[in-house]
Amino acid sequence: MTNETMSVFSTELSARFDKLVAKYPVRRSALVPMLLYAQDEVGYLSDAVIADVADRIGITELDVRNVATYYSMLRFKPAGKYNVQVCTNISCMLRGGYEIFEKFQDELGIGHKGVSTDGVFSLEEVECIGACCWAPAIQVNYDFHDDLTPEQVPGILEQYRAKAAQGGKNA
Amino acid sequence: MADVTFTVDGKKLTAPAGTLLIEACRKAGIEIPAFCYYPGLSLQAACRMCVVRQEKVPKLQTACTTPVAEGQVFITESAEIAQARKSTIELLLGNHPLDCPVCDAGGECELQDMTFKYGAGESLYTEAKQHREEQQWSPAVFYDRPRCILCYRCVRMCGEGMDVWALGIQNRGARAVIAPNGGDQLDCEQCGMCIDVCPVGALTSGSYRYKTRPWEMNHVSTVCTHCADGCKVTLGVRQSNDGSTIIRADNRDKSGINGDFLCAKGRFGFDFVESGDRLTKPLVRDAQGKLESATWEHALRFAAARLKEIRDAKGGSSIGIIGSNTTTNEENYLLQKIARTVLGTNNIDHVRTADYATFSRALAGKASRTVGLRGIAEAPAILLVGSNPTDEHPLLAWELRADVRLNRARLYIANTAEIKLERQARAALRVPPAGYTQLTGYLAGGKSSISDTTFRDALLAEESLVVVIGPELSGATLQSLIEWGLGREHVKFALLGDFANSRGAADMGLSPDLLPGYVPVTAPGDYAAEYPNLPRAPGKSLPEMLSSKLGALLVVGADPVAQQNVAPDVLKSTFVIVQDLFLTETAAIADVVFPSASLYEKTGTVTNTYGDLQLAKKAADHAGVKTDFEILVRLADALGADINKLVPFGKSSVTADLGQSRGAQAGEADRHAVWLAAQGLEPKLSPFDPIAVLDEIERLVPGYKLDRLNLFCGNDVATEPGFVPVSALTATATIEPAHDGLFTSGLLSRYSPALKDLEKHQSAVPAVAVAD
Amino acid sequence: MPKLVSHPDEVKIVSKRFGQGAANIDKYVELGGYDSAKKCLAQGPDWIINEMKASNLRGRGGAGFPTGMKWSFVPKQSAKPKYVLVNGDESEPGTCKDHLIFLHDPHSVIEGTIIAGLAIGAKLGFIYLRGEYRYLLEIMEKAVADAYEKGFLGKNIFGSDTEFNIITQSGAGAYEVGEESALMESLEGKRGVPRIKPPFPAVVGLYGGPTVINNAETIATVPHVIAMGGEAFAAVGTPRNGGTRLFGLSGHIAKPGVYELPMGYNLKKMIYEVGGGVRGGRGLKAVVPGGSSTPVLLPEEIENIGMDFDQVGKAGSMLGSGGVVVIDDQTCIVEFALRTISFYQHESCGWCIPCREGTDWLKKALTRFHAGFGVAKDIDNIQYLAENMMGRTFCPLGDAAAMPTLGFVKKFRKEFEDHLNGKPCPYAKHADLAVV
Ligand SMILES: Cc1cc2nc3c(=O)[nH]c(=O)nc-3n(C[C@H](O)[C@H](O)[C@H](O)COP(=O)(O)O)c2cc1C
Ligand code: SF4
Ligand code: FES
Repeated sequence: MTNETMSVFSTELSARFDKLVAKYPVRRSALVPMLLYAQDEVGYLSDAVIADVADRIGITELDVRNVATYYSMLRFKPAGKYNVQVCTNISCMLRGGYEIFEKFQDELGIGHKGVSTDGVFSLEEVECIGACCWAPAIQVNYDFHDDLTPEQVPGILEQYRAKAAQGGKNA
Repeated sequence: MADVTFTVDGKKLTAPAGTLLIEACRKAGIEIPAFCYYPGLSLQAACRMCVVRQEKVPKLQTACTTPVAEGQVFITESAEIAQARKSTIELLLGNHPLDCPVCDAGGECELQDMTFKYGAGESLYTEAKQHREEQQWSPAVFYDRPRCILCYRCVRMCGEGMDVWALGIQNRGARAVIAPNGGDQLDCEQCGMCIDVCPVGALTSGSYRYKTRPWEMNHVSTVCTHCADGCKVTLGVRQSNDGSTIIRADNRDKSGINGDFLCAKGRFGFDFVESGDRLTKPLVRDAQGKLESATWEHALRFAAARLKEIRDAKGGSSIGIIGSNTTTNEENYLLQKIARTVLGTNNIDHVRTADYATFSRALAGKASRTVGLRGIAEAPAILLVGSNPTDEHPLLAWELRADVRLNRARLYIANTAEIKLERQARAALRVPPAGYTQLTGYLAGGKSSISDTTFRDALLAEESLVVVIGPELSGATLQSLIEWGLGREHVKFALLGDFANSRGAADMGLSPDLLPGYVPVTAPGDYAAEYPNLPRAPGKSLPEMLSSKLGALLVVGADPVAQQNVAPDVLKSTFVIVQDLFLTETAAIADVVFPSASLYEKTGTVTNTYGDLQLAKKAADHAGVKTDFEILVRLADALGADINKLVPFGKSSVTADLGQSRGAQAGEADRHAVWLAAQGLEPKLSPFDPIAVLDEIERLVPGYKLDRLNLFCGNDVATEPGFVPVSALTATATIEPAHDGLFTSGLLSRYSPALKDLEKHQSAVPAVAVAD
Repeated sequence: MPKLVSHPDEVKIVSKRFGQGAANIDKYVELGGYDSAKKCLAQGPDWIINEMKASNLRGRGGAGFPTGMKWSFVPKQSAKPKYVLVNGDESEPGTCKDHLIFLHDPHSVIEGTIIAGLAIGAKLGFIYLRGEYRYLLEIMEKAVADAYEKGFLGKNIFGSDTEFNIITQSGAGAYEVGEESALMESLEGKRGVPRIKPPFPAVVGLYGGPTVINNAETIATVPHVIAMGGEAFAAVGTPRNGGTRLFGLSGHIAKPGVYELPMGYNLKKMIYEVGGGVRGGRGLKAVVPGGSSTPVLLPEEIENIGMDFDQVGKAGSMLGSGGVVVIDDQTCIVEFALRTISFYQHESCGWCIPCREGTDWLKKALTRFHAGFGVAKDIDNIQYLAENMMGRTFCPLGDAAAMPTLGFVKKFRKEFEDHLNGKPCPYAKHADLAVV
């Protein structure tokens, strides 16, 4: 068992993981959500996160990496505090998804998978996020923003910048 | 399962219901192409090459996942199917480099063959290919993603076959890659099985890559010279300046007892043959006490003269002989025959790694109670006692895993320490330290300090059982365990020793008290007539020889000085002759040293620890050296022995040498000899033809009644130990298991840079969690 | 917050509680919630399955398999536990209906899961949501916790001696995990690679036990089927296509949104009356009728199509996930095809050669083609390779990539030719499409 004091996770998250692994018929079922929750807290899947998760589930680190690298929301490098994910898939594209993406690029001065120098934002072009009827849509971390126009982009960024300045937690 | 009849390409075939179509077809000679399918590994249906048309089914079906059933009708070759396969290849070639001429797998690439077969010759693809740098994961394994077709054979072989799980798949889609467990390093057993199963040039062997083209090599199937499991190994040999050089070892024909398997030693540990430390000239100690090179003529004459002098002056009992665990049966037989009939002594022994003598005595007179490796591989229940096969008997470990995985065999393990194979075991019993003596009592249900009865109950409920016994059990302990088993029906035994021919050394009478076939020297039976002058008293054992200031000592392929920690001056007054590949510690103090050939440079038979006899075929050639067989014949000749009596060659007084001794050309003659032998036209034209001695072994050694045709075809054939009642064993046998690991092989591995590299790599890789 | 829309032609069955605060369990109960589950508890499995069969409800996940029949395939006796699995991976571009169900009516999913569990004799159900739907997962988690609190889930559901539990699960970004067996792999903590079939999930599914897997909308429809009676539900739709369906209108449509319309509703009417026609009064170029994997239909093809599985199938496309994507006449079809194939290239799990390499090849070829570097042979090659992917891949993702591609090249060959010989895209907006 992981020694709590050694864990890379907060006490709350550690406790949550302890519950999670016990919830399923098979311990390993906790793996995918656990990786996502770990990323939410740590920011990305560092080597230490992978080792800790492997230990909690009782599988090898290789096994964890095999799974983790499969899922596109999981990342192995830090992203910005607020990760802006712009959908450009068909429904969004038809309603200006690329224009939204370009506007974010211009505003932030970064491209796909880039991180702003202050570390507040990162930008990603993503596949359909299940908001096609309210296109174009984006997600900032887990928040949806839909029916957007490029003009709304600065305001959205401002909103999160303010949150970051307050030291707000990840949304 | 019941047989079903189905139709393939208009032919009616029959196979057990549920057989996979691809297998049923292969058995019937209908080859269905496949990249991902690999017999014995889990199914993938990923490559889509094996598509076939099944009557009344709308889509093409994958033959690798279609179980046959009564009345099905299939078509496996048609325009539609050829097109499906062709387009799959075309798609694959989109990202695959088209540089076959410089690919290490060129000429033995399944993708190349398929492209040729289905004529995917036009490149439809004009885009840049996905590129990634090649990676070196270990001294043994390189990975080149662009060439990888993601068949996952390597991943499955490593995980399912080897139970190592060091390879994974990362990323998805076209970005997917095979990844090793240590980040960019491979932390594993370095068996190289992944390289072996890779159908293309994605995984390449550190020791072989870019050395040659496959068609420039001669591929010779022989027997591995390392551990006692006796894997068939195919050596890729190329002509070189000083003979012919082994470039590669693998098991491409897969017909041996090892099936698909080969361990790191078998695959990479052949390079000792090319070591710069090899002796290539005889050495004779000169007047100044220095070992100087000499001609064969001089060295032989000098050695024989001194031996003769000592024998004639002090008698045969003043001479001792120490034989080898890696020389052939014929060499061992000849050695003891020379000892007993030319030198007149029973002072002959070898380093014993398992108590075969007790094994044989305990089984005396009991036919069909031993089991070869093939028998173990399909046994429904196995009891493994006192051994860690994963490290010491890699092939046995492979077979046991496969038996459990594919045949649902039940494996029981009784061991003092925890071993990795327990992951496959139905039950494991922890025996107290030095507690094997109590095992028989425990199994018999008597009182013992082992309290776990569930293990015993499960074991006793088995209808049949194969007991595989490690070298920790010897003497009375071994005897009592076998007696317990003999008391039950359907219990068979195997004993684990070390080195390529330890069993052969014991079987061939390299013992002071036992003649070949464990016939006691005190009651020699047929040998009485065959071996005139046979001394009837048991001779000295190896430790006794070393401590009794003998007049002369002949050491063949052994290093007692290093192995027995002999103080060098103990042998100061002894005339020492050594036959060896290297200047060992014993050779260094010898008076005459003969450079000998390795097992890869000679023909002869070897017996693995399970009693499976195989033909080792000469693959390479090293200028200057001679086989131990030839050295012994020449030495006996120089001693004035009647060679015709020693080696029954030349049936009708034909004594021409057809070339077996002719250096670089000898391979040709050997192949010819093997061909002749397989036709029943045995040549035996030369006194250096070991097959002549095989005749005598077959005639005289109990248990060696051989299926010759199979043997000469390169198959393993069964032997059974003596089964002549052995009254008592006079010599006190000291058993010294080698406990070689995955990268060590007694005295040989120190001359193998490849194995040393692997060992170093494994001790240096970050301690990533290998699944165990 | 996603906007709710409405139209007089709508028949609100599944969406009838949308916008009424039914995420609150008391409100849900007040609106008649959990009555169906109680009824099923009293009536038993055979009755449930008969009602489901009578309803002609067909799976809303895409393939349209009859739900009652699927449930009846689960063996009655099983050595291993049985499971119900709710597929809320909703990732097919053009589809966002499950999104609204989780948001507005989470208890209908729970209730449907309980009923499915009762029908097949399972004690445990899983509700799997795509990782991006975190806020919806939280809504579902709360709903599940509330249901436990009320005793609707747990050891003795609704005071009976029947046990039923639900576990909610988050994905982490993978379209392929929507495929039923890949979903099971993901739920077992593995890479989302589909399994070899047979055996089918109804016999060997999650953790090796018999498993019913249904789309979230299918499951949310179940309580309504029970409440209305199977036959009454069937009567709403067309033959063999029972009930209503949540259709998502997106793209160049004047009034985008999720509308609940009877099965068989005319496609042209759906676009022009329900959706208010093409945005900005432009002309209609093409319609993707059921999510990005379904082949496009031309304006002349939609005249007489009733939106049910059989009629759309007959027209050479598929009803799929019910995501209707409208494309106006100022859209470049090559660009649209490229964006579609980029998606499949990104999402291919990589297991089988035709899909992994085929999607990669098509994406690269279309990228170059759209950028104006195409040659005439490319058009044939694209068609050739897509044809050769069809039906040859390990799972239907390969088909899902090949089918629409074939539709685009065959129906818009002229537009492909207009891009040839260095000609810039006639509609050029994003000739340098960013590469995901
Ligand atoms: C590549 C692929 C992706 C899929 N994605 C989804 C999905 O996101 N949601 C869904 O409900 N079904 C999806 N399916 C369909 C499921 O495999 C399965 O048929 C469905 O969940 C069954 O439920 P139903 O009978 O209620 O439709 C997908 C299928 C494939 C081949
Ligand atoms: S068709 Fe595609 S998604 Fe399906 S198994 Fe093959 S690679 Fe994976
Ligand atoms: S062998 Fe059947 S798909 Fe690969």
